[in-house]
Amino acid sequence: MSEDRQIVLRLNGITKRFGPLVANDRISLTLERGKVLALLGENGAGKTTLMNILFGHYVADEGDIEIFGRRLEPGSPKEAIAAGIGMVHQHFTLADNMTVIDNIVLGTEPLFALHQNLAAARRKINDLAREFGLHVDPDAKISRLAVGERQRVEILKALYRGARILILDEPTAVLTPQETEALFATLRGMVARGLSVIFISHKLNEVMAIADEIAVLRHGRLVARRPRAGAGKEEIAAIMLGKEIPEPKRTPMPAGAERLRLDGIAVSGENGSGLHDIALSLRAHEIIGIAGVSGNGQSLLADLISGLIRPDAGSMTVNGQPFSEFTPRRAIAAGIGRIPEDRHATGVIGDLQIQENLILEQCRSPRFSAFGWLKGRAIARHAQQLIERFDIRGAAPTTLTRTLSGGNMQKVILARVLEIAPKVILANQPTRGLDVGAATYVHEQLLHARANGAGIILISEDLEELMTVSDAIAVMYRGRLSAPIPAEQITVEKLGGLMAGHGFGEGAQEEAGHAA
Amino acid sequence: MRLEARHDIPLWMSAVAPALAVLAAMILCSALILWAGFSPFLAYAALIKGGFGSVFALSETLVRATPLILTGLAAAIAFRAKLWNIGAEGQLYAGALAATFFGTGMITLPPVLMIPFLFAVGAVAGGLLLLVPALLKAHLRVDEVVTTLLLNFIVLLFVNYLLFGPWKDPMAMGWPQGRPIVDEGVLPNILAKTRLHAGLFFAIAAAIAAWALMRFGVLGLEIRATGHNPEAARFAGIPITATTLKTALISGGLAAAAGVTEVAGTKGYLTLDISPGFGYTGIAVAMLAGLHPLGVIAAALFIAGIYNGADAMSRAIGVSNYIADVLTATSLLLVLLAMMLTRYRLRRG
Repeated sequence: MSEDRQIVLRLNGITKRFGPLVANDRISLTLERGKVLALLGENGAGKTTLMNILFGHYVADEGDIEIFGRRLEPGSPKEAIAAGIGMVHQHFTLADNMTVIDNIVLGTEPLFALHQNLAAARRKINDLAREFGLHVDPDAKISRLAVGERQRVEILKALYRGARILILDEPTAVLTPQETEALFATLRGMVARGLSVIFISHKLNEVMAIADEIAVLRHGRLVARRPRAGAGKEEIAAIMLGKEIPEPKRTPMPAGAERLRLDGIAVSGENGSGLHDIALSLRAHEIIGIAGVSGNGQSLLADLISGLIRPDAGSMTVNGQPFSEFTPRRAIAAGIGRIPEDRHATGVIGDLQIQENLILEQCRSPRFSAFGWLKGRAIARHAQQLIERFDIRGAAPTTLTRTLSGGNMQKVILARVLEIAPKVILANQPTRGLDVGAATYVHEQLLHARANGAGIILISEDLEELMTVSDAIAVMYRGRLSAPIPAEQITVEKLGGLMAGHGFGEGAQEEAGHAA
Repeated sequence: MRLEARHDIPLWMSAVAPALAVLAAMILCSALILWAGFSPFLAYAALIKGGFGSVFALSETLVRATPLILTGLAAAIAFRAKLWNIGAEGQLYAGALAATFFGTGMITLPPVLMIPFLFAVGAVAGGLLLLVPALLKAHLRVDEVVTTLLLNFIVLLFVNYLLFGPWKDPMAMGWPQGRPIVDEGVLPNILAKTRLHAGLFFAIAAAIAAWALMRFGVLGLEIRATGHNPEAARFAGIPITATTLKTALISGGLAAAAGVTEVAGTKGYLTLDISPGFGYTGIAVAMLAGLHPLGVIAAALFIAGIYNGADAMSRAIGVSNYIADVLTATSLLLVLLAMMLTRYRLRRG
């Protein structure tokens, strides 16, 4: 084999099962020196599992791994690092209260060394940063860094440990379009210097932009492998999805009466992370999408409308009635249907039965209880109807909710929210982690509720999702909300600019300066 | 080695596992008995006979199980809401104090009213005692483990003060004990020639009521929701603080009822030793029962039987009755391990 086609990584027949689920089914793959291999697949296709096996977080049930021709000891991240693998996780693994240099050196030096050779470390970090264009201040605290900078620290950390093969798990999920471009420039520089990259993504456009080779996973199987050159985008998309699922169409609809109004809402938060002067008007038959890089105040806005937190200033009006007592119970009573960001942590209680989760918001209502006792039969009948209506698979009313898949769990939440025919729906990341089929179902249900007269606020990091279902999109940046842009005038460039803070007032820019 | 969640747990497994764990605990403890120079077979035979082997042995076990059922329920319900009430001992004495205060002549009613009245005032006293740490937890996030535990000592010292001072029975030949409960308030004996009293019926009824509340009551659902996931419960509009406070009232009340059964049933008057740690043992009872109110009855019988049997065993063949503590502790640890292994399986690598 010639030098320029050297195989650095070989996976042989990797199989991994979780109970009845086969997450990886006999996957064999090779990676060449100086190449970017994109691992493409929907959520739940098995990409992250495969990389966790490679990095030693999981042990494969079958199959083995060779790195630079040598067999890799399974189940040991330490061995994987020593063999030259570096991983940048989707969720960063940095200590917020430590500096960049401490984070990079952490774990590479003996725990109780008398003397840390920080000068040499600093030199090495500076060299690496210059070589690969990864500019960060080594003495900055992680908590002060922006998301894109933190990612650079993660990459530096991997390179510092001598990584020759870099795995990036959904690296662009938290980046603005501009930051993504910068990341790609770095990756190109790395492969030009002989490193190899595995790039995990479910975004086809990015994969087409960066990869040399594309491997597609579907339901745990490797279903296709193509050089990027010559591969058609439509072809890859069709392979990835298996079959075409038609995305529901948003039909234009005249907006009705005002459902929700926010005026001058302000919530204080630590170092400028609160909400500032939020104004919004949501009408019946209208979906307003809220875009923005995560962490710009979307969660606070969602918590506010859900009744979890109180504003320090400003007012909220629901259906023409002033909403002053901010509690979840009042929000439910006012007809606000809430789909929370994290369905496991806040949406459902996994250790309760499905029927119990379905009535949780109304357990004191006379429909489901009398004199402090639950109406068992009414509750079971209610659950049975909703299970059928929302097609919650593998579920009886008494099934424990945690045994459901993510998509079916989301259907439980949707059922609970939509069953009361809410006037206002707040959907925060309603399709995160769902496969295309389940996500499409969620979109259908939201559009259906819109047709029935609900006003919907859809917070999402998925621009494609927002552009598919929203009547208008507003962008959040450092706690401020832009004016909504009507669907006809939206372009990705416009949104990208707003997401990076262009077009926000002086105040936002000033705070951006402070925080950076 | 790592743990993997099992997907469906067969019913026989969750039933057989605790029994096997108890058996394993007995086998482990037999090493200690051998070490002490006795035959484990004889020792366990004496233990089982002493705990369950005759009408009298069984009646004594039931007498001991009565307060354990109530303190076990107190722990089981509080722990379901993740309210870590370690103060059942203090609440028990609070109940005993209230029963003594109202039941030694201050008020006399016919027995049908007097007995429920004593349980009521006792339960209110215990509930209010736990309400204080619960309020501190709900509003100031003060750790209730510390406050409930320390309140035990305060209450016990207060009982000490009362029994050596103002409440000392002048007819008790100088012993530190309270005046006897009036006849109308004494729990009737339910089996001749034994100490078995009607407190047992109350405890069993309380267990059934607690089970019904947790299973069919709106409050039960709120308690379970709050305990499993307070964030999601709050999101769904369940008043977390109110639920915690209600749980505290119920839990404290149940523990205090154990004080009433001891003062008005087993003893007839308040002493400093009406509880040999029933409040603390109640935690072990609740854990053994997997926090299930009906399981608490069985767990209380088991632990009461072991303690009574160990006393009999030490009298009969001379093995120290401390083996009861070791056996209970080992059983508890192994039952918890067994319950974990029914929910998860061990995997290599």
